[in-house]
This record gives sequence, C-alpha cells and structure tokens, in this order.
Amino acid sequence: MFFLRRLLGMAIVLLAMSFVVYGLIGLMPGDPIDLMVMSNPGITAADADRLRALYSLDEPLVTRYGHWLIAALQGDFGFSRVYAQPVLDIIGPALWQTTKLVALTLVISSILATALGILSALRPGGKIDTLVSFISFAGISLPSFWLALILILTFAVWLGWLPASGMGRPGEEGFLGNARFLILPVTTLVIANIGGVTRYARSALIETLRMDFIRTARAKGAREPRVVLRHGVPNALSSVITVIGMNFGTLFSGALITETMFAQRGLGKTIYDAILGNDYNLALVALLFATFATLIGNLLADLACAWLDPRISVI
Amino acid sequence: MVDGVSYTIARGRTLGVVGESGCGKSMTALALLGLVPKPAHVTGRIVVSGQNLSGIAAGKWPEIRGKRIAMVFQEPMTALNPGMCVGDQIGEVLHLHESLGWKEARERAVEELRLVGIPSPAERAKSYPHQLSGGMRQRVVIAMALACRPDVLIADEPTTALDVTIQAQILELMQRLQDEIGMAVQFISHNLAVVSEIADEVIVMYAGQVVERASAEELFSKPLHPYTQGLIATMPMIDNRQEQLAVIPGVVPHLDGNHKGCRFAGRCHKADSECRALVPALITVEPAHEVACHKARP
Repeated sequence: MFFLRRLLGMAIVLLAMSFVVYGLIGLMPGDPIDLMVMSNPGITAADADRLRALYSLDEPLVTRYGHWLIAALQGDFGFSRVYAQPVLDIIGPALWQTTKLVALTLVISSILATALGILSALRPGGKIDTLVSFISFAGISLPSFWLALILILTFAVWLGWLPASGMGRPGEEGFLGNARFLILPVTTLVIANIGGVTRYARSALIETLRMDFIRTARAKGAREPRVVLRHGVPNALSSVITVIGMNFGTLFSGALITETMFAQRGLGKTIYDAILGNDYNLALVALLFATFATLIGNLLADLACAWLDPRISVI
Repeated sequence: MVDGVSYTIARGRTLGVVGESGCGKSMTALALLGLVPKPAHVTGRIVVSGQNLSGIAAGKWPEIRGKRIAMVFQEPMTALNPGMCVGDQIGEVLHLHESLGWKEARERAVEELRLVGIPSPAERAKSYPHQLSGGMRQRVVIAMALACRPDVLIADEPTTALDVTIQAQILELMQRLQDEIGMAVQFISHNLAVVSEIADEVIVMYAGQVVERASAEELFSKPLHPYTQGLIATMPMIDNRQEQLAVIPGVVPHLDGNHKGCRFAGRCHKADSECRALVPALITVEPAHEVACHKARP
C-alpha cells in the first residue's frame, strides 16, 4: 500500500513539475521562431507565421502542453533545438555520467560522514569533536569552485597524478583509466557534502544516546562499543538516511559548478547549457529527469529507513 | 544531591524506597549500577553478597550490571530498544553474561518470556516493542532484568506507567519471581499504597536524605517523621472520602551547598528555630525504627 501510494505520488509530482516547467518556459518572452528570425534576416514575417503554425506554436500554451504530454507519455520526448538530436540521446549519457558522480559521492560521503559523526558524538565537546566540527564547517563553507581549483592545481598541475578535467574516452583507456577522471570531481563533491551529513549524524546520535533504552543497554551490562554500535547507531541512522536521500536530489541537478570545473558533461551542466542556449525541450526534459532522480533518491531513503526501523511498514 | 543514604536488603526481602519526585530515589538506584550521570559522583560502599563493588574499576562494571544487580525501569516503552525484537533484547543479556551463542540465547529468551507469563512466547519473542501493550512490555523488561538471576533487583517505579489492573498483575508477578529466584528487591515508588503491599522494610527519602526507616507495618501504623505523616495523609482512602485531597504544601527545596538545618523545615508545620539551625541525625527510636527529626519523640 505504502509503496503503491509512493509510486502514485511520484507520478503526480512529475506531472505537476512538467506542467510548471513547461509553463515557465512557455511564458518566457520569445520562442524558437524568434531565434530563427534573429539569426536569419531572410525570413519574412509571413514565413515566421507559417513556421509557427507548422510547429503549432500559435496555439494556446495549455494545448501545446497537452500535445507534448501525449507524445511524452508514448515515449517521444522530442528533439533538441541546438543539437538536432532526440533529447534522450543527449540526456542519456549525461544522466549516466552524473549517476556515476553522484553514486560514488553518496557512498563515500555517507560512510565517512557517519563514521565522523559517531566519533564526535562519543565525546561532544572533546578534541575529536572539535576537529571534526572544524572539518565539517570548512567543507560546508568552502566554495566548490575554489576547492576544485585547488585540487586541480595540486593533483593535476603540481603533482601531475590525475587528469585536470574531462571524462576520458570510453573503450580507449579501459574502465580504470576512465575512473581516474572521476577522482577529483568526486573528491570535490564529497568534501562539499560531508560537512552537513556529519553534523546531522552527530546530533542524531547524541540525541539517541540520551534515550532511555541506551541506559537500559548499559544496565544490562553491555560495554560502550556495543551500546553505541548496536543500540545507538541503528536508531540514529534512519534520520541520517533521510538527509542523504535529500542530498541525492540536490547533487543530481546541483553539481553544476563541479561539472563545469571538471568539464564533466553531467545533467546539471546539460540543464544549464540548455537554458542558456534556449534549447527549451532539452531543458524541460532534463529537469524532469533530475526531478525523477530526486524522487527515486527519496524513495530509496524511505525504503532504507523502513528496513532499519520496524515501526515503519512499507507493505 | 543525595547524601548519607545507607541501607541493607536481605536476600529474598524487599526494601521500599519512598519519596516525591526529585528526592533522589532514582539517583540512589543508578549509583548501585555505577550509572550516575556526570558530573555527579559516588562515594561510599556497595556490598553485594559480601563482595565490595564500590572500588572496582570502571571496566569491570559491565560484568556486574545485569548479572549481579539488575534494574527494571519506569517507562517500558522508552526503556526498550525500538529497533530490536524483544527476544533479542532478552537474549542479549544472556549472550553478554552467560557466554551463550545467539541461537541458544534466543531459545533461553523464549523461556524467560514464558516465565514472566507472556502467552505464546516463541512468537512474541519476534515482536518489536511497539507491537506489545504496556503491560507486556513491562513483563519483557522484567524478563530482561531477571534473565541472569541477579542477587539484587532494583525496580524504579515499575508500575507507575501502567493501568491499575495491569499494575496489580505486575506486582504479583514480581513477588512470585522473587519467591522463585530469591533475589533482594529494592522497590522505588512514590506510591505508598503499592509500597505498603510489596515491601518488608521502607525507607522514606526527602531531598536526598533518608528521613525515616521502619518495617512496612510499623511505618504505616506509627509514622514518626512529619514528612512521612504528610505522605500517608495524602493517600486517598476509599473508606474515608474527603471533599479535598490532602497535600503537603510547598515543593522539594533546590539544594545548594550551604543549606542549614533540616531539609524539610521549610514545609514542616512543627518546625522551629532548632530545625532551621541543626541537621537532625537519623536516630533509632525503637528497635528497627529510625527517624531523622528533632520533633519526633515517640
């Protein structure tokens, strides 16, 4: 029941999102024909009107949205104006690239952040806690473009260990060769993300360790490592996972700066370029895919929470 | 601040500890488990079956807790781990202290659940705390505390959070298990009616000090300390219906280091200048009846 309701909810969110984005883009001054007229002085006003009619651009916005939706539901997401290719052919590789970045970032930063959070929650205000707090706040406040530059400077320019940017050529350098291109962008994203999750893990665990059942565990004769790892952490983890799930969405469309700095053709960069280049349909569909990824991330987080906490039921 | 509290409980007997909220009952109990929260610290001696526990290293405490001294907590909902099935929570005690493997520990947990009167224990062992009623949860907490047959059981308001009908069942269960296992019980409560039923001996605590100690019978028939008298007067009696319930005026004082005189003086109708200046000592006024009050002369 829960699962079905969630899937239905996701469909509704996607539908609403597509309408809002389509509407916003449609309400922007100018349309593709205006752009053609600007770039080609030979087009007369009559030609422009004929083209508008050909592309149904003279119809009301809602009707156009209806056309687009019916086609999209049949799997036809249309063409990109700039690339003159089906949008899915452009979004597919970008989505795959971003998925690699985001998945690696999430796995590494979740493990590190949880471990650091546990370490600082053991002695709030202690030396380790102070150090971890410093690292967290540094990670939160460092601008990622600056971080990316420093990393490129250190590891690509001075040490020459890693490529400065790019994605590698598939098939040419093998999987490991291409993986080298991911190290710096993933490091940047991990450092930028780890702070918030660490702070969250810390406070969630501190709160959990104050609960009565922790005292019960101690009264049973459990030693501290067991009290913390078996009784504290599993009960604190569900709220940490919720935060990680939300980060998932932010990373998917919001890794723009990092993707730009490292010349990664990811989803964030695709959306940004599409909006700048008036590639309406590409921007629209790419945004919807980013939304979909966010929703999937939150769903996965909820499923993980339900798995950890028997009080939540998914069936 | 708990001060100068001293008592002995014989095997198979029950000591009732009575007092209103914040008087140090629970703190005294946690001291017995070495679990007093920081920055408080404990001085004095804890002796169980002839072994002095007060000097032992911090690393040795986990071997005592749950094995020699066990505790039943007030609120059975929050005292159980919400993410662990109850069988595992009971099994954990056995796993920790009797070096049983998890499989054996789980099987023993089912036996313990049967012992505390939980129907179809094998299935219930797989339940999570939120799937059980309050009374069932408290039975689980009791099973957990008694799994290793401790020498001393501390029960901190074990029935306060329960319905009255369930309270009676839990008290009966605790008395039956005490007869079977023979442990000494320290029963902490602010409910005099419950204490009068279950305790052999009672100490009355006020603001961190023992103000009166007597056998349960003697204490309820001949209370000497004005605070004890006040507490007994506040008990609603079904055969003595009053329009208004009796109260002891005022609240437990907030103690700083330089409090002078009797700690109850501020709320006591018999208090005079002597009470405000001198701390009353706990003196024996009759065999097995002690009281700390300048005005209590039998």
